[in-house]
Amino acid sequence: MAQATITEHGEHEPTTTGLNHRKMLMWAFLGSDCMFFGSLIATYLVYKNKSLAGPIPEDVFSILLTSVSTFVLLMSSMSMVLAYAALTRGRMKTFRIWLASTIIMGATFVGFQVFEFHAFVNHEVVVECDHINPADLTPVELEVSAGCVDGVHEVEKVVGLTPKTNLFGSTFFTLTGFHGAHVTLGLIWLTSLFLLSFKKGMVTPEKNLDVDLAALYWHFVDVVWIIIFTVVYLFGVFPGF
Amino acid sequence: MTTVAFPIPRPKHPTGVWNWITTIDHKKIGVLYGVTAFLLFLTGGLEALLIRIQLASPGHEFVSPEVYNQLFTMHGTTMIFLAIMPLSAAFFNFVVPLQIGARDVAFPRLNAFSYWTFLSGAIILKLSWFLGGATNAGWFGYAPLTSMSQNPGTGIDFWIISLQVLGVASLAASFNFIVTIINMRAPGMSFMRLPLFTWMTFLTAILVVLAFPVITVALIELYFDRAFGMNFFNVINGGNPVLWQHLFWVFGHPEVYILILPAMGIVSDIIPTFSKKPLFGYNAIVLAGAIIAFMGWMVWSHHMFTVGLGPIPVTVFTLTTMAIAVPTGVKIFNWMGTIWGGSMDLRTPMLFALGFIAMFTIGGISGVMHSMASSDAQQQDTYFIVAHIHYVLFGGAIFAILAGIYYWFPKITGRMYNETLGKLNFWVTFIGFNIAFFPQHFLGMDGMPRRIYTYSEGMGWDLWNMVSTIGALILGAGMLLFMHNIVRSWRKGELADGDPWDGRTLEWSIPSPPPEYNFAEIPTVYDRDDWWAKKRGNVKHGVPVSGGSGEEEHSIHMPQPSYWPLVVALGICIIGYGLVYSYTVATVGTIIGVIGVYAWSFEPVNDPEDEDDAAH
Repeated sequence: MAQATITEHGEHEPTTTGLNHRKMLMWAFLGSDCMFFGSLIATYLVYKNKSLAGPIPEDVFSILLTSVSTFVLLMSSMSMVLAYAALTRGRMKTFRIWLASTIIMGATFVGFQVFEFHAFVNHEVVVECDHINPADLTPVELEVSAGCVDGVHEVEKVVGLTPKTNLFGSTFFTLTGFHGAHVTLGLIWLTSLFLLSFKKGMVTPEKNLDVDLAALYWHFVDVVWIIIFTVVYLFGVFPGF
Repeated sequence: MTTVAFPIPRPKHPTGVWNWITTIDHKKIGVLYGVTAFLLFLTGGLEALLIRIQLASPGHEFVSPEVYNQLFTMHGTTMIFLAIMPLSAAFFNFVVPLQIGARDVAFPRLNAFSYWTFLSGAIILKLSWFLGGATNAGWFGYAPLTSMSQNPGTGIDFWIISLQVLGVASLAASFNFIVTIINMRAPGMSFMRLPLFTWMTFLTAILVVLAFPVITVALIELYFDRAFGMNFFNVINGGNPVLWQHLFWVFGHPEVYILILPAMGIVSDIIPTFSKKPLFGYNAIVLAGAIIAFMGWMVWSHHMFTVGLGPIPVTVFTLTTMAIAVPTGVKIFNWMGTIWGGSMDLRTPMLFALGFIAMFTIGGISGVMHSMASSDAQQQDTYFIVAHIHYVLFGGAIFAILAGIYYWFPKITGRMYNETLGKLNFWVTFIGFNIAFFPQHFLGMDGMPRRIYTYSEGMGWDLWNMVSTIGALILGAGMLLFMHNIVRSWRKGELADGDPWDGRTLEWSIPSPPPEYNFAEIPTVYDRDDWWAKKRGNVKHGVPVSGGSGEEEHSIHMPQPSYWPLVVALGICIIGYGLVYSYTVATVGTIIGVIGVYAWSFEPVNDPEDEDDAAH
């Protein structure tokens, strides 16, 4: 008896449009996720410059540091493309190398984020008393500079930014935290695929859709970060926004 | 195919309760959705009756003020998220694959997951009554009523968590139906040949996919405020309660159309069938539905006219709200055009469908009244609004759902309902509904506010409150008649054949109840009302529009049952309780969920070893 069925082989079943079910579901999910991040970013923008107390973005952000981690994350998207290309060409070894480098770069990004969160929570304000120009100081620095009395050259004080501190803290940690959670989920997914690729028949050029979907998700998370980096970091530090 | 071995074997051919627990058959999941949602509808109705008894006379102390606040909040939340949405989902599940000529949905296990997650959310919400009190801040949970300082109990937390869990269920179901409707249509079933109910399901699913993430974010922010002392809605640190209102209604207004579009779809299928005419203005109705779905995103601030948004936003939202009445009016005129000159058969489904048109029109007109901001300022937070929403959601959505239950009852059960009881049910419900809710227009115009616990004598509200309560009790009697009819007919009703209504769409071309595989041979569609045309030999023999999978099947393989959707949903339920009580419990839930997800992804849709069994 012939055994051609509509559900036997998930990837080859004929569909009305010819597109794969799972890929279409992934696109629908990403559309939904756009609204998720859109709402978080909208909340961030509504509360931008509305914090009643410091620290504010200018106090804590280090654009240089975050530019490095952003670059690493964007490069991980490139290595993901190369990994998928290698898989479709049947080059398993190359595939594993690029996939592993994607995972390492993604993990580096998460590492940067953990470091950054830690640094923000323990943020130390340093004011050099000898050259104070009140116009250049942020409100928190101005407050700390009250400690400048005769004979003191430098005041230091820990003014940490936590989710409870002010509106900036609440919106910043929630937005970037959920992005970090998305990256972490992607790392678990990619690591699972990496480990499965050593088991025979689990990750093959014919079944490249499994990797294709993970890659789609990974690129989406990268694109979201580009928006967050621009809206939160760059607009937060450079005047005029 | 290599598979990873898991210690628990796959359920092979379960029977009895296990059959229902592990099922991934869209028809059984549809029945599960329907029965569960109807029971929850009864709990919401009971809450409503208690509210009406409390308000029956001035100074009444039937329940305490604390319980009263919980009653109206739970009534609203239950009816919207646990009754109307899942009752619509019951029809999506049962009817849509049959209408498009498919054997199941695109992701059968995801479908089972949607149901079990919905059940988890329902349990979390409803059991909060017994775990220290239910939520009491109104169904829209305005900040700062929900803040920890104002509302320290667990009621709000249970409300937040249950809505999140229900959101996961709705999102999963909607992804599934979007893919199913785009990708699993029978050969020749082009989009402009889709039955209206399937069309409206498709639009509803898109709305859910885009609207639910917004409430998810709002609820996350509220939860973070309460659990971790963040500042999103904390006025002391600069938080703005109006942000909650915006986020809530950006979700909440599309949600209104999520509730009503499936109802419009049901009615659009029933009216042509019982008028024996094709639907008048099919293209216009589809287009009107799409415009409603699109414009539903542009009207949310009409819920906030009295907040003080300023003249420009208020003017803009007044105009958009008036404009959205136009496509709704187009639909109503097209339904009337369908009836016009038709040979009407006034069976119970048709009576409810006609009741829908009349009641929904009244609700729509009072809606246009408060689209004008100046008029709305008088009506905001009065019983006029309560009357309006019950005319659109009970007279509208629930009437259409009852029509749909009667219409598809023979298809679902293979038995006929009792027509006399059905008609009696309609008239008692229709009269009770109007006695209960029409006087609330007067109460609202006389200034009676919503959500008040009681009122004093001499306000001029005594008579109509008593009338409204009597109407609510009649409405309750109507629902008892409905249950009696359904339960009795399900057990020993007359047997129904495959096509008792001389139907028009594909679900009537197969036996009642449908076999597990739905269609022995996937049909090829040549016409909009394909089954009607085929019965009359009017088939235009053309080339079907798009490709499909008609011919190559010699034996039918259906996807096999699975435990894993239930395991993942159980994990989510435990996480939900964990987020209220203890993060250790939440961790345990996460572990169960993750195990479920991995086992699910490694489980093939069909076990190759079992295929020989299935073929015979």
